[in-house]
Amino acid sequence: MRHLLSTADLSRDAAITMLDLAEDMADVATREVKKLPTLRGRTVVNLFFEDSTRTRVSFELAAKRLSADVINFSAKGSSVSKGESLKDTAQTLAAMGADGVVIRHSASGAPRVLAESGWIDAGVVNAGDGTHEHPTQALLDAFTMRRRLHGNASRGKGLDGVRVVIVGDILHSRVARSNVWLLATLGAEVSLVAPATLLPVSTSEWPVTVGYDLDAAIADAPDVVMMLRIQAERMNAAFFPSAREYSREWGLDDERVARLPADTMVMHPGPMNRGLEISAGAADSPRSTVLEQVANGVSIRMAVLYHLLSGSDS
Amino acid sequence: MSLLVRGATLPDGSRRDLSIADGRFVESSDASATVIDADGLLALPGLVDLHTHLREPGFEQSETVLTGSRAAAAGGYTAVFAMANTSPVQDTAGVVEQVQSLGERHGYVTVRPIGAVTVGLAGERLAEIGAMAQSRARVRVFSDDGHCVHDPLLMRRALEYVTTFGGVVAQHAQEPRLTIGAQLNEGALSSELGLAGWPAVAEESIIARDVLLAQHVGARLHVCHVSTAGSVEVIRWAKARGIRVTAEVTPHHLLLTEELARGYDSRFKVNPPLRRDEDVVALREALADGTIDIVATDHAPHPVEAKECAWDEAANGMVGLESALSVVQAAVVDTGLLEWSDVARVMSSTPAAIGLLAGYDSPFSVGSPAHVTLVDPTAHRSFSTADLHGKSVNSPYLGRDLPGRVIATVHEGRPTVLDGVLLAPEQVGADRV
Repeated sequence: MRHLLSTADLSRDAAITMLDLAEDMADVATREVKKLPTLRGRTVVNLFFEDSTRTRVSFELAAKRLSADVINFSAKGSSVSKGESLKDTAQTLAAMGADGVVIRHSASGAPRVLAESGWIDAGVVNAGDGTHEHPTQALLDAFTMRRRLHGNASRGKGLDGVRVVIVGDILHSRVARSNVWLLATLGAEVSLVAPATLLPVSTSEWPVTVGYDLDAAIADAPDVVMMLRIQAERMNAAFFPSAREYSREWGLDDERVARLPADTMVMHPGPMNRGLEISAGAADSPRSTVLEQVANGVSIRMAVLYHLLSGSDS
Repeated sequence: MSLLVRGATLPDGSRRDLSIADGRFVESSDASATVIDADGLLALPGLVDLHTHLREPGFEQSETVLTGSRAAAAGGYTAVFAMANTSPVQDTAGVVEQVQSLGERHGYVTVRPIGAVTVGLAGERLAEIGAMAQSRARVRVFSDDGHCVHDPLLMRRALEYVTTFGGVVAQHAQEPRLTIGAQLNEGALSSELGLAGWPAVAEESIIARDVLLAQHVGARLHVCHVSTAGSVEVIRWAKARGIRVTAEVTPHHLLLTEELARGYDSRFKVNPPLRRDEDVVALREALADGTIDIVATDHAPHPVEAKECAWDEAANGMVGLESALSVVQAAVVDTGLLEWSDVARVMSSTPAAIGLLAGYDSPFSVGSPAHVTLVDPTAHRSFSTADLHGKSVNSPYLGRDLPGRVIATVHEGRPTVLDGVLLAPEQVGADRV
């Protein structure tokens, strides 16, 4: 594997290998010296055409823990904001000898264009592209589920039979897409819950069931409820009438949380809109995995960078 | 100048010599005539493209009237209608006359400017349609192509007003509110790729509205680049009711599907977008049964930097003049849906009739202007940039095997392509005014 562009490209074995590698990386974080020499002398560029402090910091920390040199190249205040093209930026980074490029872009498919362009001969990691995919988020979500379910016995396991409900703006969510493909590959049963306006026009070929009713989904006692961030601008585009109505129909409030089985996980990729898609009570409850997701994100990104850049493909 | 095209096979299958002198077909040639050996070649009437973007004035980095004319001649065309979305827009008599005269000066093809329906293509008030119609360019086709005349009242008025001058409105059918930021046909693939969908209904609803408006005001309507099976149904219904509507399909919508966009290769980004297999099948059948009247290229040149980027950021459009005949052969001739005589109709006589271009109604007959395209339908080529003669290389067919090859093109009795080679400007433009 040279690039990580989409979770749809991952076989079950490849996905489990990556999750297991992340377990090893998580162990590093428990040591006094949280650092491996593996990528010493390698250069990783965080190429962020779109602001995302969380994801960038997570990748930066992951690369540094592997001893790579890290360059942050963000759109704001750089040549990118002055109209420089993806091609010129890529060729510039290639000329500087980047070994890996972590790219966040507002256009779906930009990481694939970069990987297949011939402009740069570096491993490409998709750190979120438009409304397409966010593969490391899905990997860290799967990793988090597996750890909650199996603890120290997680290695080698998939997510067979785990019932996951993903709630919210599926249409615009790269997190949802990456999770759908990866969770299905790992054997989970995925259902999507959203107003019809926020579902893609065609999910007939997706390995999911689709519904509109969050209460019905909760009544089915799922193992995981994953809430997606709702963006305020969707209201203005008539996807739903008001934040209050959205929250009432599709928000995970305290009353709905109380109806969930005690061991049902509540997940959120962050940043959260407390009081809109998720209540403070749900976000801060012991069943919430929000902070574990953040911590696990570093382990997953270490695993991905290690896998792509250490030449350990065999 | 006189020519003798020897032993050509006509679209109806008959074989004969074509004698040409002083720009017209004549009874017989004298000994001084230049002989073109057409043994084994098919003679089509010169092709007419009702939908070309020549980009001049304003976007000369993409194409000029000269380079676009050369691309057209190489593809077997002898006349092109130049869309109005230039800069300045072709919305005044001055600009359309400029485009017309550039075409005349270069001589590769007859260039017929299309006038904008609304000022600056802004969709707010009518352009000076009368001035353009009565200018030296004698504009008869009006279009805001690239933009839809979406205001229903303005569209009604445009249909009526253009009728006053015997012209036709060519509508780019795209409901703008349903296609904000649209990138790809809306369906399973756009859902998976996370690209904003361009729903078929955004095209079909405008066509449905426009055919009813055309019926109501008794005007003629032409629909540009029909791309969906549903649009075909609407047009079939309108024609059955006697509504005066004509429609075009592009070569790419007859051959390519959205599946090509899977790798985010922006060469396949076009507006309207590539659609599903079912749409391609319906469009082919509609062309065969006459629901769709013509093939028009929507030749849309763009510089490389407009395509070397992420899908969302890439320009819409494909060049198509040089490949159109081969693509039509692959899509509807070699598949048995159309005869060559049908190709002559959908690529020459009918587009000329819709655009009110004289000289194409009785091809090959003595006294008619001599526009001829000689084709070797048995040839095969791996389509490459060497086959492109315009300024831009944004062809979706590069590397694809295509049937057929244009061997010669004759425009007004003068060759523009001979032995498969495009002639130089000084050979074509020589002793013209």
